[in-house]
Amino acid sequence: MKNGARGIWRLRLYVAGQSPKSITALANLKRLCESHLAGRYRIEVVDLLNQPHLARRDDIVVVPTLVRQLPVPVRKIIGDLSNEKRVLVGLEVLPRDDKE
Amino acid sequence: MTATVRSRKSEPTKRAGNGSRPGRHPLAKAPTGIPGLDEITNGGLPRGRPTLVCGGAGCGKTLLAMEFLVRGALDYDEPGVFMSFEESTADLVADARSLGFDLERLSARRQLLLDYVRLERAELTETGEYDLEGLFIRLGHAIDSIGAKRVVLDTIELLFSGLSDAFVLRAELARLFRWLKTKQVTAIVTGERAGEHLTRHGLEEFVSDCVILLDQRVTEQSATRRLRILKYRGSAHGGNEMPFLIDDHGVSVLPITSLGLAHRASTAHVSTGVAGLDGMFAKKGYYRGNSVLASGTAGTGKSSLAVHFAAAACRRGERCLYFAFEESPSQITRNMRSIGIDLEPWIRRGLLRVHAERPTALGLEAHLVAMHRLIDHWQPRVVVVDPVTNLIAVGSEIEVKAMLARLIDFMKLRQITALFTSLTEGGRAAERTDLGVSSLMDVWMLVGNQETNGERNRTIQIVKARGMAHSNQVREFVMTDRGITLVDISRRADGSVAIGAARGAQQEQARVGDRKSSRGRRVK
Repeated sequence: MKNGARGIWRLRLYVAGQSPKSITALANLKRLCESHLAGRYRIEVVDLLNQPHLARRDDIVVVPTLVRQLPVPVRKIIGDLSNEKRVLVGLEVLPRDDKE
Repeated sequence: MTATVRSRKSEPTKRAGNGSRPGRHPLAKAPTGIPGLDEITNGGLPRGRPTLVCGGAGCGKTLLAMEFLVRGALDYDEPGVFMSFEESTADLVADARSLGFDLERLSARRQLLLDYVRLERAELTETGEYDLEGLFIRLGHAIDSIGAKRVVLDTIELLFSGLSDAFVLRAELARLFRWLKTKQVTAIVTGERAGEHLTRHGLEEFVSDCVILLDQRVTEQSATRRLRILKYRGSAHGGNEMPFLIDDHGVSVLPITSLGLAHRASTAHVSTGVAGLDGMFAKKGYYRGNSVLASGTAGTGKSSLAVHFAAAACRRGERCLYFAFEESPSQITRNMRSIGIDLEPWIRRGLLRVHAERPTALGLEAHLVAMHRLIDHWQPRVVVVDPVTNLIAVGSEIEVKAMLARLIDFMKLRQITALFTSLTEGGRAAERTDLGVSSLMDVWMLVGNQETNGERNRTIQIVKARGMAHSNQVREFVMTDRGITLVDISRRADGSVAIGAARGAQQEQARVGDRKSSRGRRVK
């Protein structure tokens, strides 16, 4: 929590077109940010179909991939983000739980 | 007639509705450019399709795959994408440099694109459904950006250690291989062997056209690499294990299948390098393109005979490649100077090349691959292998014979005359070669020692010479400070042969006797 808790969370979501997984992931992300990071997050959606060169530059293989760019260090979460708790732990919004 | 033929429009030979198979032939192939591999695959890998190359760790699959791309870019104008899941781009560049390939330069010219995919499970959190569409887009973009015709995925199985959903991965890999075909790229997919299975995660299920297995074994302290085509749908291929080598020239495969007996038999002849020995053959020497075996026990003068043959070739202005498995080049030149043969000038003029190596330094296959390549590269007209028996020390008898047969065929096709010396162990029957290789040879000579009257004298005889009449006599083989000379052996009255000092005495006696008898006749 101490990691940039006061700063802005910059999150980037890599998707491939308007696939169901992409739509679900973005919806899940928005909901989660509103309830936990309201007012201090920014989401950028990168559609790899439109910017294919970014897959190599940012080392993306799986979609959807969520990248936490700020606060550092960079964290990656893959999947449609349907398990809210896992996402929050992965983003380090919540502390890591040993049972997880 | 020509007109009628022309007036008919030729039928398109392309198979309709099969876009994934470019080219006119149902089995178009993409040459790898790797010496030997294209020969055993009859032209290369299935064009526009993936090939699986598998083997254990360190078997050479990455380098083979890399050379496929480099040769494709340099020799066939087919750019390639190398997607690495294992080694970083910097490591790949360094590894390839050891084979003499400059990947950075190829990348700068857009003939090659290296992409390192890094997936660390520890750094990833997985939640919910995902797929590999990102990989498809990434690879597709790489292919399109340089117009790639070739792709390597090395080794994509590492995705299984990076991601936990094996079910999704398998479905996505199946989709990936189908997709690769629609991209019409010739691909090599590598996989790591695991116990009984060809690959850890069953990649072979997805690749049905061509499967190549690499293997590295250590036998008697020397490592040998082998390659086998396990499967090649719709194409003839040698199913045998073929030795291969990776060195500073890249990968070379040595097909040990016979090249056949299609070579032209020459009627031209070449000198043995020893005047007296030339005289024992009806054609005053060997036929060009002959394979000659000179066998004998230690110290019988086999190497001297070989050097005479080499020097004679150089005097004719022909290149001679001398494989020395026992002595260093300087040792050979020094020893030969003592019998009046100076090899230095020939070496300086680039007509003689002595390639010395301890046989145990490499495995048998590695030697033979290296020999093939040297011969192929330098194009000598005469080759000496001294002694061929030292190769046996590093291989089994059957292997040696098969590979020697291949080497001999290879040289015959190029009309190279070759002399092999063979060291016979003392106590063994003289006419038995250690290898049974004599059947492969056109000419077989025995050099020996005869110990009589407190002397050791050298002898030489021709056991066989295919297609040529030859002397059946045993000759005395004398090494002087001006080279080898052959001397007729004198026969005593009782039919026994006199050799060395005894020959001198016998000849002296004969001269005296002749004078006596002729005087006697005159008196009568």
